[in-house]
Amino acid sequence: MSAPRRAAIVGGNRIPFARSNSKYARASNQDMLTAAIDGLVARFGLQDQRLGEVAAGAVLKHSRDFNLTREAVLGSRLAPTTPAYDVQQACGTGLETAILVANKIALGQIEVGLAGGVDTTSDAPIAVNEDLREVLLELNRARSAGARLKALRGLRPGQLMPSIPQNSEPRTGLAMGEHQAITTREWGITREAQDELAAASHRNLAAAYDRGFFDDLLTPFLGLTRDQNLRADSTAEKLATLKPVFGTREEGATMTAGNSTPLTDGASTVLLASDEWAGEHNLPVLAHLVDAETGAVDYVHGNKRADGLLMAPVYALPRLLARNNLSLQDFDFYEIHEAFASTVLTTLAAWEDDAFCKQFLGLDAALGPIDRSKLNVNGSSLAAGHPFAATGGRIVATLAKLLHENGGGRGLISICAAGGQGVVAILEA
Amino acid sequence: MSDRYLNLVNSPLGAKVAGTVGLPRPAVLRRYRAGEPLVPGPVLVGSTAGKVPAGLVKIVAATGAETLVEPVEDTRYGALVLDARSVAAPGELANLRAFLTPQLRSLLPSGRVLVLGRVPDGNDIAADATRQALDGIVRSLAKELQRGSTANLLRVEDEASLPSAIRFFLSGRSAYVDGQPVLLGPGQAPEPADWDQPLAGKTALVTGAARGIGAAIAGVLARDGAHVIVADLAAAGEALAKVANRVGGSTLHLDVAAADAPDKLLAHLRDHTGGLDILIHNAGITRDKLLANMKPEQWESVLAVNLESQLRINAALLGSDALNEQARVVCLSSTTGLSGNRGQTNYGATKAGVIGLVRSSAAAFTGHGHSTINAIAPGFIETEMTAKMPFATREVARRLSSLQQAGLPVDVAEAAAWLSSPGAGGINGQVLRVCGQNLVGA
Repeated sequence: MSAPRRAAIVGGNRIPFARSNSKYARASNQDMLTAAIDGLVARFGLQDQRLGEVAAGAVLKHSRDFNLTREAVLGSRLAPTTPAYDVQQACGTGLETAILVANKIALGQIEVGLAGGVDTTSDAPIAVNEDLREVLLELNRARSAGARLKALRGLRPGQLMPSIPQNSEPRTGLAMGEHQAITTREWGITREAQDELAAASHRNLAAAYDRGFFDDLLTPFLGLTRDQNLRADSTAEKLATLKPVFGTREEGATMTAGNSTPLTDGASTVLLASDEWAGEHNLPVLAHLVDAETGAVDYVHGNKRADGLLMAPVYALPRLLARNNLSLQDFDFYEIHEAFASTVLTTLAAWEDDAFCKQFLGLDAALGPIDRSKLNVNGSSLAAGHPFAATGGRIVATLAKLLHENGGGRGLISICAAGGQGVVAILEA
Repeated sequence: MSDRYLNLVNSPLGAKVAGTVGLPRPAVLRRYRAGEPLVPGPVLVGSTAGKVPAGLVKIVAATGAETLVEPVEDTRYGALVLDARSVAAPGELANLRAFLTPQLRSLLPSGRVLVLGRVPDGNDIAADATRQALDGIVRSLAKELQRGSTANLLRVEDEASLPSAIRFFLSGRSAYVDGQPVLLGPGQAPEPADWDQPLAGKTALVTGAARGIGAAIAGVLARDGAHVIVADLAAAGEALAKVANRVGGSTLHLDVAAADAPDKLLAHLRDHTGGLDILIHNAGITRDKLLANMKPEQWESVLAVNLESQLRINAALLGSDALNEQARVVCLSSTTGLSGNRGQTNYGATKAGVIGLVRSSAAAFTGHGHSTINAIAPGFIETEMTAKMPFATREVARRLSSLQQAGLPVDVAEAAAWLSSPGAGGINGQVLRVCGQNLVGA
C-alpha cells in the first residue's frame, strides 16, 4: 500500500479564553465558534470559499445546538455550501476533529478543511429535572383531556429543580479532580512539583504573548485580547499558599485551584489542507500531521494506580511510537495538556517507570524521561485555561507554529479526556 | 457621525431659511459609484490656443462622457476642461477667462472645472509667471464655485497619467479634492483592462486598517479589484477581522512601531503573497499636548508610529524582492503637516516629515521598477476621532473649507486608490490634499 499524503497545518485561530461567568458569560457556543471561524477566514482570506468540511464540537452542548458546527458555518463568512459535522470526545474533541479532517485530506477525499472546538461553562445547558421530563413526555403522549389531567397529576414542586450538567463521571459519580487526586496520590506526585509546573505554564504563556507569538494565532473577542486566566506574575511560592480543593478527604491533599485548570469559555479552529491547496492559495505550511492514536483505560474496574481516569494517553503513546519507529526522546517539543499539573507529572512518571512500562504497556523497558525544557514551552492549559473542546485546536496550532518557527522538527501532543480516554498525535515540520 | 447641519440646509425648509439669512449652504457631494456615469452631464473641452487638441478630446470621450468642443446653448455641463498649456504671457490668460466666464453658471451641482497647465521650467520668466498664475486662478475659482463643484489644476509635464488623472478629477472619486494642483510627470502608467476594476490582480496592504480612514481605504482598494491585507495591532484584531471579512481581504496583526515589524511584514509577504503591489502607510496616532507640557513618551510614540515606522518599512521593502515592480506606496500625511496645529508639535513633525520622506524617496521608488510614492494630506474628515471633538469646535471646523463640510473617510480612500492605480504611474513624490480646500494652511 502506498503511503497516503500528509495533511498540512496551515494555521489556526482562536479567541482568547475567558474565565467562567466573566467576559463571555453571555456568549453562546455558536457565537464563540462563529467568531473563531470568522477570525480564521479573515486571517487567510477565505471569504465565500467552500471548504471540504468543518469538523468541530462542544462538550457541554444545548440540545438546540444539535447541528452546532453547521450553524456556526452558516453564520460565518465561509461559503454556505461548506458541510460541517459535530464531534464529541470530551476534552479530546479538538484534537480528534483535527485528526478526522487530516485523514480525509490524507486520503484525498477533501483538499482543505477546518477543525475546531468550543465550550462554555457560563452559558451551560440546564435540563429539566428527570421526573418533570417524564411527566411532560407523558402529557405529550396523552390523547384525551382525561389522560392529560392524569399526567398533570404527576407534577410535584421538587421537579422544579433543574438538572445542571456535572463535571463528574457517570459511572463513578466522582468529579474529574477527585479521580485525578487518587492518581496523584498513587504516583506520589508532590505539591511542589505541581506548583512549579503551574508557575512555568503562566511564565511561558506570558513570555509567548510578550514576544508576539500569538499575533497570528488569536483574534480578540468581546474586548478580551489575552487569556483571562493568565497570571504573568505567578510563582510557585504564591501558588504554594493556596488550599487544596481535590482529594481533601484524606491527609496530604496536593491539588489546588492554582495547579488545576479553571472552568473556561472559548473556541479554537485549525486550518488543514493538502500541500497543493496551500500552495495554490499562497498560504504557508506550518507543519504536517503525521499520525495519531486514541486510547482508553478501564478506570471503572481497573488498577487504581495504573488505570487512572486521565491515564489513557500513557497507553496510546507506545502504540503510536512503535508504528512510527520513534522513541519518546525523538521530539523537539512536547505538548501535554495540563488538565491538572499532576496529570502531566503522572504521565511523565509512568513513562519513566520501568516496572509499569513492562507490566502495563508491554514494553521491554521504560520509555524514559524527556527533556523538560521542551515541555509546553509556550504555556498550556493551566495558564491559558481549558474550554474543553477548544483545547485541542489551541495546542495543534501552537505546536505547528512552534515547529515552523524552529525551522523544522517533530512535536508530540498528548490530551487526556473524560471517560478514561486519551488522544496523542505527532506533528512534523 | 452625521452632519446634521448639512442635512438641514439640504431639506426644503432648511434651504429656504439658510438662503434667506445667508448661512453657509454645504452641498451633498457627488461620490463615485461603479456603473454610474463618471460625470453627471456633458463635458465642455476648450483650449487657450483656440483649437482643442484631438488627444485631449479622445481622453475625455474615453471616459464615456458626452464630450463637446463648442458650447451648446441651454446646456448644463458636468465639467469644464480647459487646456491652458499654451499660455506663455499674462495677456493670454484672458483666453482662460473668455472660456470659463460664460459657462460657470451652466455648471451642474458637483460639477468640475479642470485646468491643464504647464510646469514652470525656468527658461522664460514671463512664461513661468503666466504658468504659475494658473495656480492662483484655480485656487480662487475653487473658492467661488458653489453646490459641491470643484476646480483643480493638472500641471502636465508628461501625458502618461493624463487619462487616469482626468478620470479621477471628473468623477465623484475626487469629491473632496478642491483647489489643488497636481503634477503629472513621466512614468509607467498602463491603462487597466477595466476602468471599474483598475486594481484587479493587485495585492495591497493597509496599515491601521481596523477602523476609520484605514478601513475605508481597504474597502475602496477591494472594490477596485485588489486583494487587501489589512494590518493593525493585535489588540484591534476583532474590528480588523470584521473589516477583512467585509472587503474579502486577509488580516495581519502588526505593530508597525515594533523593532521587528519590517521583518514580520517581509515574512508575511513571502509566505502569503506573490509580492506587494500597493502599500498604504495609514497607521497613525495622536498624543496632543502643548510643547511646554509634552512628555518624552508622548513625543516618542507619535514619532515612532507615524514616521519612523514608514521609513524603516520602506527601506526594508526597497531592499527586498517582496515589493513588485510598478508598486505604489501612499503615505498618510495631514494638513497639520502643512499648516501646523496647536498642541500637535509631535504629530505635526511626523506629518510634515512624511512629506519630506515622500519627496526624498521618489527617485528610489522610480528605480525600483518604476514604482511611485506619494502622500495624501487629509483635512477635516469625519472619523471616530473627530466625533469626540467638542460640538462647537467640530461645527466650526466643518465649515472652514470651500466645500463647507468635513470630508468622509471614503474621500481619502478614493484618492489613495487613485494614486495606487497603474494609471497614476506618472505621479511621484507628490502631496495630494484631500481637504475640500481647507481654509487653514492652504
